[in-house]
Amino acid sequence: MLPSQLNPEHFQAYPPEARRIAIRQLPLLRQLPLSYLPLLLRELIAYDWKFPAERKEIDDQFLYLGPMSKDQLAETMHPFSEIRLSPQLQNMDWVNQPVRFSEDFSAYLWQTHQIDQFRKASIDFIHGVHAARPEQPPPVPRLGLVIVGQQVQATSYPLFRKLRPYGVHFTNVVASNGRETLHSALIQRAQAHPIPYAHWYIDGGSTQILHPHIVCVSYSALQPVRNLLLKKMIATIASGAGPEALRTQLALMRPEDVGLPDQGEQAILSRFQLSLLTEGSGTQIFSTTFVQWAAREALRRAQPLTLLTHYTPRQRDAEIRPLEGEVPVTDPQASLIDADMGAYYTWINQQRLNGAEQSSFLVWFEGHREALAIGPKLPRAATDANPISIADLLGKVT
Amino acid sequence: MPDGQENIPFLLHELIPQATFFAQVVNRGILGHYVATASLATGVYETFNNFAAVPPEYPTVFEYFRKDLNRPASDAWVIAPSNGFNRIGESGHRSYGEGLGARVILPKRLLASALKPADTVLYEHLLRDNYETPLYAPDISGSHVELHELAEILRLSVADFTAHAVSLASPDELSVYIARRLMRQVAPSMLWITLHDIDVAHSGAYSLYLQGIQRSDRLCAQIWETIQSEPEYAGKTTLFILPDFGRDSDTDPGGNGFQHHRTGDALSRTTWMMVLGPHVRQNTIVDRPVESVDLVPTLGRILGFATPYSQGKPLTEVV
Repeated sequence: MLPSQLNPEHFQAYPPEARRIAIRQLPLLRQLPLSYLPLLLRELIAYDWKFPAERKEIDDQFLYLGPMSKDQLAETMHPFSEIRLSPQLQNMDWVNQPVRFSEDFSAYLWQTHQIDQFRKASIDFIHGVHAARPEQPPPVPRLGLVIVGQQVQATSYPLFRKLRPYGVHFTNVVASNGRETLHSALIQRAQAHPIPYAHWYIDGGSTQILHPHIVCVSYSALQPVRNLLLKKMIATIASGAGPEALRTQLALMRPEDVGLPDQGEQAILSRFQLSLLTEGSGTQIFSTTFVQWAAREALRRAQPLTLLTHYTPRQRDAEIRPLEGEVPVTDPQASLIDADMGAYYTWINQQRLNGAEQSSFLVWFEGHREALAIGPKLPRAATDANPISIADLLGKVT
Repeated sequence: MPDGQENIPFLLHELIPQATFFAQVVNRGILGHYVATASLATGVYETFNNFAAVPPEYPTVFEYFRKDLNRPASDAWVIAPSNGFNRIGESGHRSYGEGLGARVILPKRLLASALKPADTVLYEHLLRDNYETPLYAPDISGSHVELHELAEILRLSVADFTAHAVSLASPDELSVYIARRLMRQVAPSMLWITLHDIDVAHSGAYSLYLQGIQRSDRLCAQIWETIQSEPEYAGKTTLFILPDFGRDSDTDPGGNGFQHHRTGDALSRTTWMMVLGPHVRQNTIVDRPVESVDLVPTLGRILGFATPYSQGKPLTEVV
C-alpha cells in the first residue's frame, strides 16, 4: 500500500489518542514518503503511552510539516524520497506494524548500502524540526546526580577520568549523610517544580523514594518481571525460534504479560520499564547496565529536570537465567568500573537536552572522598582538595 | 598515555614496533560480525542476513588460495568463535565453493560435545555463543564424530582436550589453545582465527569489555610468539591482525557508546590493521585510509594467487 491510499479505517487498531491524531493529520500523512512515514507512525502508535516530552516531539513534527505547501513538503522530504525500498517493504502492513517495518527497513538499508544516506536525511530533518520549533528553556536548569561504588572499600581505578576535563575533581569530600543529602535535593526540586515526569530516581538495588512527583525505577523491584521475561525468552529459544523471532516477540510484549499494570497513568511507566528490559541489551542480567540504560532512556524520552541514579553491585556472572529467590554473587569492583562509564554516558545524554549550557552534574564515589562536579559556575579540568560536604558541593554545582 | 592504551600493552609495546600499522581501515559494509568477517574473507562487502546460517556469496580467500595453488584441504583452516560462523570457510560461488574451502573449527561446539550435559552449566562462560543478542543463545550441541576426528588430527585425547579446555578463562583462550595445537600438529599455510570475547560489550558492562580487550591483546601476542617458536612458521610467516569493525562513538545519539555497533558512524566503521612478518617493514605507520576488503587481494599478492571477485586493492606497503 502507498501512503496516498491511506484512509481513516486503516487506523482503527490504534489507541484512542493516536487514532485521533492520525485521522486529523491524514491529508499530511498521505503526502509523506514510505521511507519516513512508518517511522513517524512507529512513534505515533504509542502516543497514548508516551511521556509529555515525547508527545511534544511528535506534535512538533506535525507542526513543522503541516503548514508547508505541497512543493515545500516535497523538497523537505526529498532526501527520504530518494531512498529505494523493496517491494516486500512496500507490501508490509506498515500502518499497524510500524515496529516490524522499521526493523526490516533498517536491515534493508544496511544491505543496500543506503544506511549512511538515510542517516544523513534523518539528522538533517530533525535539525529542520528543531530550527523551526525552537525549544523553550527548562523552567529550572537540569541537574544530574550519580552515586557509584557501593560496597567498594578501596580502588586503584582512575575514577571520573573521562569527566575530569569538563569539571572539578573533588578529592576531600566529607562523605557522611551523602546519599540522604542527595535524596533530599531530589525531593526539594520535585516539590519546587511539581511537573509530571520531571524528577527521576533510578536505583540498581531496592531503594525507593516515595514522592508523588518523583518517578522511581528500581532494578530489584523489577526482579519478578525479569524472571517472567527470562522464562518466556528461554522457552522461545528452546522452541527453535531464531533471534529475529525473539526480537519480534519482545517488541509485541505488553505489561500485563509480565505482571505490570497497564491501565491509566500507570501504563506509561509500566511500558517504559518493560521497554528497558525488552529493548535494552544486558539490562536483564546486570544492574549496572540497567541503571545506565534506564538513565539514558529517561533522559532521551522524558527529558527530566532532575535525575538521580544510584549504582549498586551487579551480579558477577553473565548467566542468562531467572534468579528464583537466590542472592547472586556480586562484583563491587567491576561494578564501579561499569558505573564510572555509566556516569560519563549519563552526562553526555543530559548534555543533549535543551538548556545544556546551564545544566549541572555531580557524581560521587559513595562513602568516599572523591566526587566530580560540572556546572556553569565551575571551572574545567580542575582539582579541589579542600574539605567539602555533599550539601556544600550541591550548593557549588547549582 | 592516550585514554585506553593502558589496556593494550602487548599490541603497543611488543607488536606495533615490529609491524607496519595501518591507522585507518574503513569497513563500508554491514556491521554485523558474521557478515563482516565473511566480507573480510571474500574481499567483497557481503549483504546476507548476519544471523542466517548461509555461506558467503563470493569466493573466500581460502578457495582462491587452494584452487590457484592446488593446495589440499588440510592447508587452510578457520577457528571461529560461534556456531554462526560454521559456513565461513566456503562460499556458495559456482566457480569455487564446495570442496575448495577451509576446514572450520568451532571450539565451543567441540567443548559442548565433550562435556557431559550436566557440566555445560558449570562451563557456561566458555560456551556462551552470542553477545549481540544476549538473550539469544543458539543450540551449541556438537558432533561426537567431529570431536574425535579433530582429537585425532590434533593428536590429543578427548579427555585431555576437555581437561585443558575447562581450565581456561574464556572462549578466545580456547580458540588460541586449539590454534597453537593445530600449528604444531598440522602446520597449515593459511590459518584464520577470529577472537570474539570483546563482543561481551553488548552486555553493557564496561568492566567486562575492558577484560575482553586486555585478553585479546595478550592472545595476539601469544599467537605471534607461537609463530616465532614453531619451526614450521618461524621466519617465514606473515601475521595480519585487524578488528572486523569498530564500535559506536560515545557521542552519537543513535547509539549507546561502546555497547553496540549499530549507528554506522565513522568510529564504528574505522579501525586499524597491523602486519608483521619477515618481508614487512617494521615500526611503520600508514596514515592513508584503506578498506577492510583490501585484505584479500593483499593476501593474494603475497602468496601468489588471483582474487578476481574481490572489490579491494592490494596494500602496496606490505606486498
